[in-house]
Amino acid sequence: MSWTISENSFWGPLDPAADAGYDEDRPKRKGFFTDTSICIGCKACEVACKEWNDVPADHFDMTATSYDNSHSLNANQWRHVAFIEQPKRLGDQDPGLRGTAGSVDLGMPAMGPQGSESPEDKPDFRWLMSSDVCKHCTHAACLDVCPTGSLFRTEFGTVVVQDDICNGCGYCVPACPYGVIERRKSPDGAKNVGIAQKCTLCYDRLDAGKVPACAQACPTQSIQYGDVEELRERANKRVETLHEAGVMDARLYGNDPHDGVGGAGAFFLLLDEPEVYGFPPDPVVTTKDLPAMFNRATAAAATLLAGAALAFLGRRG
Amino acid sequence: MAEAHPVGFQWVMEAKARGAKVIHVDPRFTRTSALADTFVPLRVGTDIAFLGGIINYVLSNELDFREYVVAYTNAATIVSDQYVDTDDLDGLFSGFDPETRTYDAESWQYATQEKDGGDRQDHETQRETASGMQHETHGMSVDDDVLRDETLQHPNCVYQVLKRHFSRYTPEVVAQTCGVSEEQFLEVCEAWTQNSTRDRTTALVYSVGWTQHSVGVQYIRTGAILQLLLGNMGRPGGGIMALRGHASIQGSTDIPTLFNLLPGYLPMPNAADHQSLEQWIDATRNPGAKGFWSKADAYSISMLKAWWGEHATADNDYCFDYLPRITGDHGTYRTVLDMIDGKVKGYFLLGQNPAVGSAHGKAQRLGMANLDWLVVRDLFEIESATFWKDSPEVATGEIVPEECRTEVFLLPAASHVEKEGTFTQTHRMLQWREKAVEPPGDCRSELWFFFHLGRMIRERLAGSTDERDRPLLELTWDYPLLGETQDPDAEAVLKEINGYDVATGRPLSTFTEMETDGSTAGGCWIYTGVMKDGVNQAARRKPGRDQDWVAAEWGWTWPANRRTLYNRASADPEGRPWSERKAYVWWDEEQQRWAGHDVPDFEVTKPPSYRPDPGVDGIDGIAGDDPFIMQGDGKGGLYVPQGLLDGPLPTHYEPVESPFRNPIYGQQANPTRKEYPRQDNRMNPSPPEHGSEVFPYVFTTSRLTEHHTAGGMSRYVARLAELQPEMFIEVSPELAGERGLENGGWCHVVTARAAIEARVLVTERMTPLRVEGRTVHQVWLPYHWGTGGLVTGDSANDLLGISLDPNVLIQESKVGTCDVLPGRRPTGRAVLDLVTTYQERAGILGDRTVPIVTTGPGAAGDDEGDPTGGGGGAS
Repeated sequence: MSWTISENSFWGPLDPAADAGYDEDRPKRKGFFTDTSICIGCKACEVACKEWNDVPADHFDMTATSYDNSHSLNANQWRHVAFIEQPKRLGDQDPGLRGTAGSVDLGMPAMGPQGSESPEDKPDFRWLMSSDVCKHCTHAACLDVCPTGSLFRTEFGTVVVQDDICNGCGYCVPACPYGVIERRKSPDGAKNVGIAQKCTLCYDRLDAGKVPACAQACPTQSIQYGDVEELRERANKRVETLHEAGVMDARLYGNDPHDGVGGAGAFFLLLDEPEVYGFPPDPVVTTKDLPAMFNRATAAAATLLAGAALAFLGRRG
Repeated sequence: MAEAHPVGFQWVMEAKARGAKVIHVDPRFTRTSALADTFVPLRVGTDIAFLGGIINYVLSNELDFREYVVAYTNAATIVSDQYVDTDDLDGLFSGFDPETRTYDAESWQYATQEKDGGDRQDHETQRETASGMQHETHGMSVDDDVLRDETLQHPNCVYQVLKRHFSRYTPEVVAQTCGVSEEQFLEVCEAWTQNSTRDRTTALVYSVGWTQHSVGVQYIRTGAILQLLLGNMGRPGGGIMALRGHASIQGSTDIPTLFNLLPGYLPMPNAADHQSLEQWIDATRNPGAKGFWSKADAYSISMLKAWWGEHATADNDYCFDYLPRITGDHGTYRTVLDMIDGKVKGYFLLGQNPAVGSAHGKAQRLGMANLDWLVVRDLFEIESATFWKDSPEVATGEIVPEECRTEVFLLPAASHVEKEGTFTQTHRMLQWREKAVEPPGDCRSELWFFFHLGRMIRERLAGSTDERDRPLLELTWDYPLLGETQDPDAEAVLKEINGYDVATGRPLSTFTEMETDGSTAGGCWIYTGVMKDGVNQAARRKPGRDQDWVAAEWGWTWPANRRTLYNRASADPEGRPWSERKAYVWWDEEQQRWAGHDVPDFEVTKPPSYRPDPGVDGIDGIAGDDPFIMQGDGKGGLYVPQGLLDGPLPTHYEPVESPFRNPIYGQQANPTRKEYPRQDNRMNPSPPEHGSEVFPYVFTTSRLTEHHTAGGMSRYVARLAELQPEMFIEVSPELAGERGLENGGWCHVVTARAAIEARVLVTERMTPLRVEGRTVHQVWLPYHWGTGGLVTGDSANDLLGISLDPNVLIQESKVGTCDVLPGRRPTGRAVLDLVTTYQERAGILGDRTVPIVTTGPGAAGDDEGDPTGGGGGAS
């Protein structure tokens, strides 16, 4: 056997489509930049995704966690909008709220002038919204562990499940460091039950030169689709703008090619720590150690073989 | 706006990215607030006090756009010295009759006009027939000899009247009434005024929940006064924009589904007052009056010609007698109460779900359960078609399915992508819609339904000699039919609406081509031009990047493809732009005509220097520097002597149901409002009446982004229904503590009409406010749910009673009082018992009705003078 694993195939920056063997005239790597600072939580992305990709709707319970009723990314939820109500300020925003929590109101007429409390008396508050999606990692563990070749790297650098090849083994599910991919369990009669499901970055639309359904539907351009390289530059500028506007919480997540997944194809501008939105703080591709493991296993096997051979040789001797 | 109009909100976000400051004023912190720079919570129903405070700020600091105000508004006009303001009459204007609760508006008129400037109809009739606003839409009738003081110093000039009237609305009073901090209030004042100059304009954008108050018309008036004072009308980037609740709601007032109007804002004839064609037309054009309504005869006769074609001749008054007549209040709420009383036989519902979407849901359902027949055309089998078997009244035994007499015909409707036609949006823009797919199965368009219904009725009546069948038999009903489904050609209908020359069939290009001799026909004069040159102008789709920033070649805007109304005001009296930055329409001295980026809203060759001779009426009576050409004096009305039934100026009244005494006047709520005092329409008491403490909390309702109005287009669609799958109520942590409510648990809400249950969402986005020295808790409910669909729940609109604005008969459905209790509501008859218990505690069982006039001689209640005193209530 003469094939080798490139140094970066499991770790560090690279162009995933090139690494997968696509030639020079492949399209530029495509992805999403989701700017959560302008997300209005309308969920048009969730609906457009389900309509285009025929993803079933089967969860009709209210969660009572703000306006989030779609829980998380899963086999039936390829876009998920998180709603976070927080006792924090959004930059210089005046949240205006004037809760009386902590003070006992006796219902007596106020002595001072009405409504003239100082800003310090007002509780801090902000309402964050963020649309999550598959990260289309540079190093995608789901793809690495897939035994059937159902998960594959497209010419756009994205990661897609081929429904008709997936055998439902589920190896990809624990491999994903973000908990994105999942086997579809319900509803009965839906297509692809038992099969691993996740965002395809609308591979069929990309093939036709169209924008993914979620980005197309987003009214405020919170979800921006394009060439990953260009999106990264745009994202950096946007962070600078927000910092200048006093929103010092603004930071990028998943944009760094040196991070644990070699940079995500879908990355985010967040206004708080990733954990607040349900993101892992420092995701690492679960197959990172595969080459080392392979080498060790090879060495071990070689040692065993050598030992066995020696044993035979010894007997002769 | 982000909640109900997320697509339009992209422009707010774009403006913010360019550095605009976004201020959001709302009772609750919404998705709009989340993205705003400043959120200003206020008490529901106090918007006039809030905006009145800004007007006071403008006037007392002389921040108005003085040159604009003097030249273009009625600020300088002298009001009759008989006029007495609410300030002196404890919340009433002069001329009030406590018996009928209406005004004699004589004293409101301009000086010297007291006798002849008044209204032809008395206010009681106008309230019954919602005709008061005809003066608003048809312009005030103003004579030449009005007195003006351009220095604005005369104590009775409009400017000074305004100044005195609004002087009560100080920042302290605003804080005390609205629960808004003075600091935040002043921040709004500064932002608004600083952005309203020669160089800058401010837009006022509201959604139609603003209109749904017992003082709804006066809410909008307050906004209009402010925008006129600041010079924001008729100028690019200014104006007042109503964000409508559905596609083409603007279209449904232009070509109305209202009992009091005909297309193009022509009045529906009244049996008593409009016995001849001339009387009817004169009601619109006001003979001798100035302005563009003087051509109402051409618009009216052309409409009759469009309807009855060759049968409409000068000899028979163009079939004027074929038009239906109104005899009184035929509004939707009167009709529903008449249904309960057995006075209505049949009802058509097209794309409307009153069982969920209209105020007082129980009255709606009981009314529909007492008809001979009901036709429902909708996309799904909505509650208004199933009330007889699954409404809350079936559970209580008030409707027995086996005995319900109403025969329901449910007909499947085609959706907007399955039919062609136009949408008219809030900008008055008509945009043509192509049919994308054929409707499935038996689904058909409204056009198909009405055309074929008319065809079949006419076939049944063929040969009839009965006089009363002639309006139907002689109707023009001959549109080309297309395709397998035999749909009428929508473009042929648009051509009829546009109007055409009767002899040649040539489409008219402007309404000034309309004639009074029956030689032209046209269904809606303001839409004339949409088929100019025989081309469907509404179907134009030239992208913005390929034309200038006004984008006149995208769709078509009435009137005459004019994008900004009254745009003469974008130039100064001499016709020069107010500033380079805001140049829009101006007088071209060389060409001797008006020019600019938009179609000028002025006679194009009338120079700024034009002055009419005394006594000249009609269009020629408008001077070259009077931009508001539909008004009799060509001026924007800061003060309105005619056309409003509840006063010439907006004034703060408490909502009909309020836990607070009016802090400004003894008169508690709008004294002229339309009420239907009935045992099945009890209102919660408000101070000074006793019993208001039984309903200590304020509730308001609105939409969620995820659902569409009464849910007919969202609760039945799985991918939408799952986004907000259950009826819920938002409460503050403080109220949750006070009432023992648990996040995710259940509670029920009680009013004098109903008790409904909802899941609890405890959120800091709801905040208690300090009002009149007390804490008031407000709760918020979405109104999308009912018994049908994939996700079900109680309907928020069941909580409401029926109480209406006197001018346009819109219901007060955005504010009421209630109690909130933990746990689920009782079921079956027990829920009725619970409501009865509350009625009993509030003292409104039996015949007791809540007095409406609370000041002056004969007023009921304690009439206490202490403005901070309350009648008990919230703790």
